[in-house]
This record gives sequence, structure tokens and C-alpha cells, in this order.
Amino acid sequence: MKPFVHIRPKKGWQAVDLGELGQYRDLFYFLVTRDIKVKYKQTVLGGLWAIIQPFFSMVVFTLFFGKLAKMPSDGLPYPIFNFTAMVAWIYFANAVTGSGNSLIGNTNLISKVYFPRVIIPLTSVLAGLPDFLIAFAVLVGMMSYFHIYPTPMTLFVPFLIVLMMLTSGGVGMILAALNAKYRDIRYTIPFLVQLWMFASPIVYPASMVPEKYRLIYALNPMTGVIEGFRSALLGTVAFPAQMILVSTTVSVILFTVGMFYFRQVERYFADII
Amino acid sequence: MSKPIIKVENLSKRYRIGAKQEGYKTFREAIMDGFKVPIRNFRRLRKLTRFDEEFAKHKEHSARPTALPHAVAAMASSQSDDAIWALKDVSFEVQPGEALGIIGHNGAGKTTLLKILSRITEPTTGEAKIYGRVSSLLEVGTGFHPELTGRENIYLNGTILGMRKAEIDRKFDEIVGFAEIEKFIDTPVKRYSSGMYVRLAFAVAAHLEPEILLVDEVLAVGDVAFQKRCLGKMSDVAKEGRTVLFVSHNMAAVGGLCPGCIYLKEGCIKDFGPANSVILQYIGDFKSTKQISLAERTDRRGDGRVRVTGLRFLDTITHRPIESIISGQDVYIEVTYESYDSSPAPLNRVNIGLGFFTTLGQFVMVLNSEMASRAFGSLPREGRMYCRIPRFPLMPGVFHIKLTLVVRGAIADQLENVSVVNVDAGDFFGTGIPNDYRRQGVYVPHSWSAETPSVY
Ligand SMILES: Nc1ncnc2c1ncn2[C@@H]1O[C@H](COP(=O)(O)OP(=O)(O)OP(=O)(O)O)[C@@H](O)[C@H]1O
Ligand SMILES: [Mg+2]
Repeated sequence: MKPFVHIRPKKGWQAVDLGELGQYRDLFYFLVTRDIKVKYKQTVLGGLWAIIQPFFSMVVFTLFFGKLAKMPSDGLPYPIFNFTAMVAWIYFANAVTGSGNSLIGNTNLISKVYFPRVIIPLTSVLAGLPDFLIAFAVLVGMMSYFHIYPTPMTLFVPFLIVLMMLTSGGVGMILAALNAKYRDIRYTIPFLVQLWMFASPIVYPASMVPEKYRLIYALNPMTGVIEGFRSALLGTVAFPAQMILVSTTVSVILFTVGMFYFRQVERYFADII
Repeated sequence: MSKPIIKVENLSKRYRIGAKQEGYKTFREAIMDGFKVPIRNFRRLRKLTRFDEEFAKHKEHSARPTALPHAVAAMASSQSDDAIWALKDVSFEVQPGEALGIIGHNGAGKTTLLKILSRITEPTTGEAKIYGRVSSLLEVGTGFHPELTGRENIYLNGTILGMRKAEIDRKFDEIVGFAEIEKFIDTPVKRYSSGMYVRLAFAVAAHLEPEILLVDEVLAVGDVAFQKRCLGKMSDVAKEGRTVLFVSHNMAAVGGLCPGCIYLKEGCIKDFGPANSVILQYIGDFKSTKQISLAERTDRRGDGRVRVTGLRFLDTITHRPIESIISGQDVYIEVTYESYDSSPAPLNRVNIGLGFFTTLGQFVMVLNSEMASRAFGSLPREGRMYCRIPRFPLMPGVFHIKLTLVVRGAIADQLENVSVVNVDAGDFFGTGIPNDYRRQGVYVPHSWSAETPSVY
């Protein structure tokens, strides 16, 4: 009889055991619902927060960048130009912050029970989806207000959403793993997110970046996501297929590296957390 | 012999307990140090998880894999003083359906062992093979979220413990019934009383159906009634033929539940075998460390006029001290005392009481000098008191003794847990058959007959 579980010190890089992850899908599901349910408990505005965050950011950016700085917006009203990016960006920022801090927020789980640890950072990535969908619905409302109609490329939106989640997951896993050991990461995350925002086409269009640097610019996976959204939904520029391809490649690499790195360090989470 | 369900071989676990911090000597040093801190912190944090280099170094000396324990020993003696071995070279086997107790002092490595077996943490060296579905219960209510309702927490906690949703659906009503919280099932658990909270948490855990159950000191929470229920449920699990590894400081519980037992001491297996003898060994260790210090113990109450400095059980024939009493045996209890009071008649009207309690804190019986033989009129400043107990009446098990010494109506000395006594199965009734009724109660002399009692 083959051992059901063989416990020994593990050496080298380990892949994520997908079969095992499947066995724990119910746990995954309940952790995601926990995060969603708990989020707005005992708040007055509840789910409205999902709209307030991107909406007011958009208002502020419209005032300062749109009106005062006269930032170009690919010929569209600045509010919708910015809000489209904001919907994706707020999701990304929350997911990365959430999963980056997720391990230290679930210390008791990690030190008291076994389950594939990778579920924890990925939970935050999934738990942000309802907020994203609410904000997305508002975006659709705004589009009809501004009489903007989606292009056929809208078919790619689900793909872009997956890309956005993949990127969040990859970055989240890396940050979570580092955070378990070096709590400095916790203070670095807000700062990192802020810098990253200005490295992404949120207050300005990607078209401001010189043509020859665009693909380098697209190494930031959120560039592909946001430009993709704008092009597909608002028809700003031609569908930036090349940029999205670059972004996707980087995102897949990030996710893979994140998974392996996470697996590498998860073996001692319970000891040091 | 059938195939073991758990096979542990040379398991060792090493922890870093974090390097010590040096104090600053001068202000200048402190400032200069401020710049070095990040580098030092980084080294320290990085070191928390690194043993590889050291280990590799020692492995070279002992190339053959069979020499692994040797490598462990070499590593243990290496200078790094901030690392400890929570487990050292532990090997044992557990047969299917066996209930195995794990006992040991605080920090002996019991929890660490369970954590390795439940895959929460990795061993440093060695391996374990487990042929079955494992559930571990290191604490009740892991993952309970205060904001969620009872219902939501049942599902969350259940899946955390390894159940599937369908399984919880099936057992849901039973769990709620067991916890007796039907009315509060849709209330956030933060509004529960702590008793309700623990009941719910335990109810979920009690409905696990693993092949192997690893249980840590979960009985430490809750009141006596709750602890009893836990124990009851645990023995059901053991009777159902599941394999149970049960960590506890409650010797009565271990003895009653587990035929076999492991005694861990400083990470090593000190004793492994039938629970009774292992527990005796543990209690022996426990007592030898305790009794020396009875005179020095400070956890006492009373005005301190008299202090009890020793308490022993003696055989009535040989007058030798005995380690454990046999039910039905005649024994003496010898209490040594001394007094520093210099007033003319310091020890007038002395009354001594010895209360016997189960390991769950339940009172069983009392030996009281005033009750049985009137108070001592006057006693010398220091000396001994003897209590004779014909046919020691306690059932087999472990009991704690509380001592109270009263002088002229005022408590002079009181020790909550003056001693622990182990009682072995004996022939209380003189029938020739030792009785092993483990209920932590007392035997009462009596007899049965079918004849009508004659009237005098
Ligand atoms: N994560 C950790 N990091 C560093 N040291 C640890 C860690 N966990 C446990 N230890 C140490 O390992 C040793 C064994 O601890 P363990 O928790 O296994 O003891 P135990 O037998 O369960 O004790 P108790 O009866 O108090 O529960 C202790 O000295 C403890 O300080
Ligand atoms: Mg413990």
C-alpha cells in the first residue's frame, strides 16, 4: 500500500498540487464568502462602498488632471475615460493589498490547521470580484449616460478580467509570502500600489507614451488590462493586441513565479508567523 | 500484527526562537546602531528559516543516510544557541483503531508532534507515513469569525477542519442540536455567550469522521460539564474504531481513554507503552520535582504560623514511602510541618484536612482530623502527623490533594495542589479479583445477599 500522506522535509521547488486544491474547493468557497460577507458588516453604506471608492477617485482626478492639468483623454469625456481605468485599478489595488496582508490576517488558521496555503492569498483575489462587478455596472450606466457604445472587441472583456485577476494573484502571492517573513512589506504595499498607479495608464492615456516604448510600457500587466478595457468598451484606440500580448506574458510569468515562490516559503509559514 | 496506520521514523523538528537582542551601551552607539539595524534585522529574519547550511555541513561528516540521528545529535550540539529541538529523533508506530495518549511537561514537544503529523509544519529531518484521512483538532473553533452567524460559522469551521459541504449539509441539524443553540443559529457568534461559542465549536469538531483524529489539549477550555462531554465524545470516537492521538495533561482522561501512551520529555520519547505504567513514570518525575520544593512553595495561603513541608504515603507494615496506592490497601499519610511562631502555645487546637479531587477538579473525599478524631490539642513546634486509612477507598485513577491546616479556627497553611496521587486497581472488597472501575469515585464497604435480613 502506498502511503496516503508521506511527511518529510521537502527539498527544491514544488508545483502546486492541483488535485489537492480541488479537494479543498469547498473551503475555498467558504473563505471567499466569508471575506465578502464580513467586508461591509456593520457599515452604514454597505455595498455602496464598492461604488464610492472608484467614483470619488474619478471625481478628484477629473478635477485635477482633467480640468486643471488638461490631461489628454483619447478624445473622450475625462470622467468616463478615467472611471473605466478606475474600475480595474481599484480592484487590483484592493486585491493586492488584501492578499498581501492575507497570511498575517489568518495566522490562527495557518498555525492550527492544514490546507493548501495558497488558498489564502487567492481568496482575496476572488473576494474582490463582487465589488468589481458593481463598479462595472456603474461604468455601463455611465457609458449610456455619455452615449458611448461598446465595440465588438467587448468580447475580450472576460479575458481582460481574467488577466487582471491573474496579475493580482501573482503579485498578491509574492507579497503575501514576503510579508509572512518580513513585516516591512505591510508598510510597503500602500506605497507600492500608489507608485504602480502612476506607472499605469489611469490618469493619462497610454498614447502619451512614445510609440517605440509602448511595448516596454506594456510590461506592466495593468497597462494591457486598462488599455484593453478602454479600447474594447469605449473604442478609444484600435485594440492594442500587441500590448495585451506582452502584458499577458508578463502576467502569466508573475503568476507562475508567485506560485512557486509561495510554495517554496509556505513550508515554514506556520513556524514563523 | 496488522500494518501500522501511522509510522513515524526519526522525526526531528528544530525551531529558531529568535536571536537575542543586545542592549545599547552609549547614546552614540544607539545612534550608530540605528543604521545597522536593518542589516542585522534582515540577517536575523532570514536566519529564522535557514538551517540548510549548518545541516549540510554536518551531513558531510556522516555520509550514510543511516547516520541521520547522528547528524541530528551533531547539530544539536552545534553552537547556535537560539535554535531549539522541539522534537528529537522520535519514532513510533500506531496501529489502526488504537487510541494513543501523548503526555509530557509544558514545552515537551507534544503540540509540535501533532503539527507535523497534521502537516501544519514540516519536520526538519525524519519522516512519517500516514495511511488514512487525518483530522486535527489543535483548538476548537479555529477560523470562527465573530461577525458571521452560527450557521455560517458551522460551514466555515467544518470545511476548515476538512469536511465537505455536502457532509455538513447532512450533519447540520445534528450539529445544531448537539450544541443546543437552535434559537441563535442565525445570530452572529460575537453575540454568543462564551459557553455557547465553545459548545458550537465543539459540536462541529465532534462531527468529524476521519480515520485518524489528532487532538491537542482542547479540553483545557470550558467548564467541567463541557470537559466531560468532550471526553465522552472522544471515547465514542475511540470505540468506533478510529485511530486517536490524544494530547492531554489530564492523566485520568488519558488513562481512561488510551490503552497506550507516549511520554515526551524535552523532545524525546522518554517512555512508550501501556498507559498506566507510562503515566506512573510521568507522575513519578512530576512528584520528584514537586516534592523537593514543598517547603519552598510559595503558592500557599494562610497566616503562615505553621507550614507543611512534606507529605508522603507510607505502607502500614513496612513504613516505607509508596509511589502509588492500591485500592483497598491500608496506608498512612505522613504530614511534616514546622512552625516559626515563638508564642507560648503556638500549636493549640490544630485541625488538618486533606481534600481529594479528580483531575477534572471534582471533589471526591476528605480526610479531616477534627471530624475523625477531634482536633490535636497541642503539638510540638515541628514534627509529623499521621493519618491512617484502612482499605484505601479511591477507585483507580489520578487524584489531586488539597491541604488545609487550621490553628485555633484560622487558616494557617493552605496548598491547593499539595500532591498528586496515583491509585492502582486493587482488591478493595477482598474478593480476590482486582477491580478496575475507572470512574474516579470511591468504594463503599458493602455486601449483597438474597436473604431477608434478620431483626435483632
Ligand atoms: N513556532 C515556534 N517557533 C519557535 N519555537 C517554537 C515554536 N513552536 C514551539 N516552539 C518551541 O518548541 C518547544 C515545544 O513546544 P510544543 O508547543 O510542542 O510543547 P507542548 O509539549 O505542546 O507544550 P504544552 O504542554 O505547553 O502545550 C517549546 O520549547 C516551544 O517554545
Ligand atoms: Mg501544546
